[in-house]
Amino acid sequence: MKRPHDMGGDQTDTPVRSEPLEHADGVFDQPWHADALALTLACGALGQWNLDISRHARECLAPEDYRTFTYYEKWIAALADLLVERGVISQMELSGETPPAQSDLSSRALKPSEVAAVLSRGGPTNRDTDTSPAFSIDDSVLTRDAGNKLVAGGHTRLPSYAAQKIGRIVAHHGAHVFPDAHAHGLGEMPQHLYSVAFKAIDLWPDVANSEDKVILDLWEPYLGVPV
Amino acid sequence: MPHDHHDHPHTDLPSEPSLRVKALESLLLQKQLINRDALDEIIDTYQNKIGPQNGAKLVAMAWTDQSLKQALLDDPMPVLQQLGFYGRQGEHMKIVENTDDLHNLVVCTLCSCYPWPLLGIPPSWYKSDAYRARAVREPRKVLSEFGVDLPQATKVRVWDSTAEIRYLVLPQRPAGTEGWDIPQLQKIVTRNAMIGTEILPPQNGTLESGEA
Repeated sequence: MKRPHDMGGDQTDTPVRSEPLEHADGVFDQPWHADALALTLACGALGQWNLDISRHARECLAPEDYRTFTYYEKWIAALADLLVERGVISQMELSGETPPAQSDLSSRALKPSEVAAVLSRGGPTNRDTDTSPAFSIDDSVLTRDAGNKLVAGGHTRLPSYAAQKIGRIVAHHGAHVFPDAHAHGLGEMPQHLYSVAFKAIDLWPDVANSEDKVILDLWEPYLGVPV
Repeated sequence: MPHDHHDHPHTDLPSEPSLRVKALESLLLQKQLINRDALDEIIDTYQNKIGPQNGAKLVAMAWTDQSLKQALLDDPMPVLQQLGFYGRQGEHMKIVENTDDLHNLVVCTLCSCYPWPLLGIPPSWYKSDAYRARAVREPRKVLSEFGVDLPQATKVRVWDSTAEIRYLVLPQRPAGTEGWDIPQLQKIVTRNAMIGTEILPPQNGTLESGEA
């Protein structure tokens, strides 16, 4: 079943409004938005989860919450859920039923002097591999159905709108960490990553221009050979 | 039922979002798992140090140096590392060039992936359900809402950021900027132009540095 975050191609007439000009350079609409972002990054530095786990936590919000929460509400809710799930804080501490206890992780708390280095270091996801890529530039490919094949209902980065569609390989990026595994404690399981171009007319019934294309970055396990 | 609402710990937090953030922050501070000065340093970084001005400088440099532009289109990472435009959410960049025949538009339909080291934190509309849903399906209609009406002869390429590759659009250099230097040029390069939702308008050519 398609989950709410997988919204590419959903039909809606809601206009995409650019913010009013006076906010064009505002980075955060509200001070608590800035705090939500900073808290999320600082807690990430505790090293108890990775980016794929963090994305999956947001996707696991109740569908009703995902649809009604604003952007940073999703972040903060998912962060609270993750902190409890990973045992960094307890549900009793969160609800105020017990006082905050000492944490073994406090020595890992991000220090002001470390922020610049952590943000500029980033986290590259390309990995060495011994396997040869199954596909070459210009190959035609057929995407499989959407959904995680390693963990039922798990995290995946193949959007529903591009599932079971024919596309063409336009770039090969080497092997990258595979989110379908990495989000679930199954290791990095690096897989070849490709940019795959789909003709808009192969994705949508009504297309304004038959020359238009949509390009997605897809891992090899998402791809097969068209029959 | 794994997705039952009441299984989620966050429901123990206050419902008002700003109080919810405060409650979580307060707990984490008491447990000494975060440091308020570090949070402020993160906020200051994305409010004042890393933002679209980085991307604008890169675009201006590409417009004035053909070999640099080619290097950015072929393999941008060595150049970006050298310029210090590297970091979180910009580990694997690809620069896509707009031409008379081709218009590029960047989206992340599954979440909000965005090239942070070059553009900072994404604007609200980029993270909106409407943009995520519609950009891949009806990009020309979305573009027209931003005032960009593309001729049929111009092909659209929508890049959905489904992996860790991050995309930056290299906009076309507008007419009337001949002879401008990098500081002049970078002032007219907008964030939206580097996402693909704006085409930079022709300049009248009489602007002096600092008055753009």
